[in-house]
Amino acid sequence: MNATASALAPSPSDTAGRPNFLTAEHGLKSWLLTLDHKRVAILYLISVSCFFLLGGVFAMLVRLELMTPAGDLMLPDTYNRVFTGHGVTMVFFFLIPAIPGILGNFLIPLMIGAKDVAFPRLNLASWYLYMTGGMLMLAGTLNGGVDTGWTFYPPYSTSYTTTNVLIVGIGVFINGFSSILTGLNFMVTVHRMRCPGMTWFRLPLFIWGQYATSLIMVLGTPVVAITLLLLVFERLFHLGIFDPGKGGDPILFQHLFWFYSHPAVYIMILPSMAVISELIACFSRKRIFGYHFVAFASIGIAVLGFVVWGHHLYVSGQSVYAGVVFSLLTMLVAIPSAVKVFNWSMTLYQGSVSLETPMLYALGFIGLFTVGGLTGVFLGTLGFDVHVHDTYFVVAHFHYVMVGGTIMGYLGGLHFWWPKITGRLYPEFWAKISALLVFVGFNLTFFPQFLLGYMGMPRRYHAYPPEFQVLNILSTAGASVLALGFVLPTIYFIWSLKSGKLAGNNPWNARGLEWETTSPPPTQNFEFTPSVSREPYDYFEAAEEAAGRAVPPARSH
Amino acid sequence: MSHGHSPFLAHHFDDLEQQKEASTLGMWLFLVQEVMFFGGLFMCYLLYRWKDPNAFAAGSHELSIELGGFNTIVLIASSLTMALGVRSAQQGKIKALINWLYATGFLGTVFLVVKYFEYSAKWEHHLIPGPNFHFAGEVGNRAELFFSLYFAMTGMHALHMIVGLGLLVWLVRKAMKGHFTAEYYNPVENFGLYWHFVDIVWIFLFPLLYLIGRHYHGGA
Repeated sequence: MNATASALAPSPSDTAGRPNFLTAEHGLKSWLLTLDHKRVAILYLISVSCFFLLGGVFAMLVRLELMTPAGDLMLPDTYNRVFTGHGVTMVFFFLIPAIPGILGNFLIPLMIGAKDVAFPRLNLASWYLYMTGGMLMLAGTLNGGVDTGWTFYPPYSTSYTTTNVLIVGIGVFINGFSSILTGLNFMVTVHRMRCPGMTWFRLPLFIWGQYATSLIMVLGTPVVAITLLLLVFERLFHLGIFDPGKGGDPILFQHLFWFYSHPAVYIMILPSMAVISELIACFSRKRIFGYHFVAFASIGIAVLGFVVWGHHLYVSGQSVYAGVVFSLLTMLVAIPSAVKVFNWSMTLYQGSVSLETPMLYALGFIGLFTVGGLTGVFLGTLGFDVHVHDTYFVVAHFHYVMVGGTIMGYLGGLHFWWPKITGRLYPEFWAKISALLVFVGFNLTFFPQFLLGYMGMPRRYHAYPPEFQVLNILSTAGASVLALGFVLPTIYFIWSLKSGKLAGNNPWNARGLEWETTSPPPTQNFEFTPSVSREPYDYFEAAEEAAGRAVPPARSH
Repeated sequence: MSHGHSPFLAHHFDDLEQQKEASTLGMWLFLVQEVMFFGGLFMCYLLYRWKDPNAFAAGSHELSIELGGFNTIVLIASSLTMALGVRSAQQGKIKALINWLYATGFLGTVFLVVKYFEYSAKWEHHLIPGPNFHFAGEVGNRAELFFSLYFAMTGMHALHMIVGLGLLVWLVRKAMKGHFTAEYYNPVENFGLYWHFVDIVWIFLFPLLYLIGRHYHGGA
């Protein structure tokens, strides 16, 4: 079935001394000017990790302050800047670029059998835009930060605050173009760079997920870009577009902002779902259940994601009729999301499930995403949202979806493809421990916040009534466990670079094209021109073939 | 078809056809994001015009329909010269291509110069939004929002023109060095798409800002 590619793939011993993409060139310049999508992925890995650390430090400061009811660690103003720093860093510089920038860049060309993305130069430029935006944001943060919250709502952000809205706003604006150009690059790559035989329905579901993500990046990001630009102009030249004193409307900003920023949630979650589909199929040794449904569910989420933004404005003064429509539309997003969860569960059913670290993350993802998704349905309900609006219930919900969802997929994917990226295995024991720490720590951090929010604790305050303290202490304790769960992989991943066991081409016996080249892959990705004559998840056929049994032809494409 | 040895073929493409298709699709997707980018501005225009049509009508009367109309003709002409440039590139007539690019660049510059005079007139009449804004008409400073949008929209458009002129210089240099042939002229074609897009944005801006308000005579 699959003779073409695997028979031609060189065995690890053949390629022992041959240069791979990591060793092909040396020196800082060879990295900073690289046109290799795999090296660009490594650049993202390093920089995204740094921003993750920064956002994490802000998060720990927030949790430390909230350990006691009184605002005793920092002044209210400082607290505002800290949670804004946390939000801006995590949303724009970690969650959005993490999976597309690192795993997407590394894997898309490999998975479709291409030598590179369609526009390698543009790809590198995207990373520089990301870094430029990141540095501006960092400069603004170190100069005292911003206190508007990551949403930059006017008129506070335009007419009142004296903090660095300007420079941070410009940083996020520039970073937006990194996102747009990455999305554009991925879409063209998937359309035009597939190897012979790689039809649309032979694409791994990872590619479908990344494609749906790219769609949102290209269609949504420009809208927030112009919105932030108007915000900057507003501060610089007092245009009045969002200033009620001049006839402008601050609610318009909220509409334009959420027109992007709601779909942006799907920019974070879709790549993660893309990873999960690969992990579930591989560690169940089974064809994914309902391939077409999972693929089109990604597109469905991307499309529906554009018509639900109004659910962020239920209490803004938006027309109640608009609220009803947005509430209904919001419910619709639950359908493709549920399709995915059901199909993953059905893939597990009667599969030969094994619980390696990536699979632990995948199962964790299903749990956290289900909680986050269902509470999303609560919040989409007009009446309930009015009750819990701007409370910790909302904070818990979006952390379950965005952080629980994205980080589980990100770490799961990083563990799964680490052997391909570096050629080395990570230590399985420690990895399992850290997966457990992340899952337990995450739930301990954020589940109490559902209760706090339901009881009425508002978000974005540095002090609270004493009766909320127990739950807040639980949450802070959870955050510490979570932090440990992130420190551990950092240590053993770095350790494994030199001391990890050699991985070989395909340590998981997975079926994607990326496993048919060497680990780490050579600069041109494949020593041969791949061609594909099979479906992506033929684990059953592969096992039958390996056992010497004939494969029933009806099961193969 | 195989052009494996073409000097214009980047290493990661199989043939020139794949390379051309990729770059064209990339350009169209870029224009899609441009549409969304300008879309945000048009959304603001739509809303505020609907909220206060009288102020928009009064603001519109301050714009010079002659200069705006002249610029519209100039831009449409530049689209024609650009299209002729692409045609020349397709036929491999590089000298003609360079001349058409010069013509396009000249017309683009004329547009910007006229725009400069329009802007400075607004400056003299205190029609720049901000603390010094003063509108003498009946609607008073309610017209400020119209001018905010006028500057935001035409300013973004002018910025795209300036970027376009920069790219034109780059194209002319490449053409002079013999980088384009009848079989490889993707950058010329893609730049043409960009230039036509910027032109089309103006085709929308001109009536919205200069024309349709003038005949509105609702109560102030």
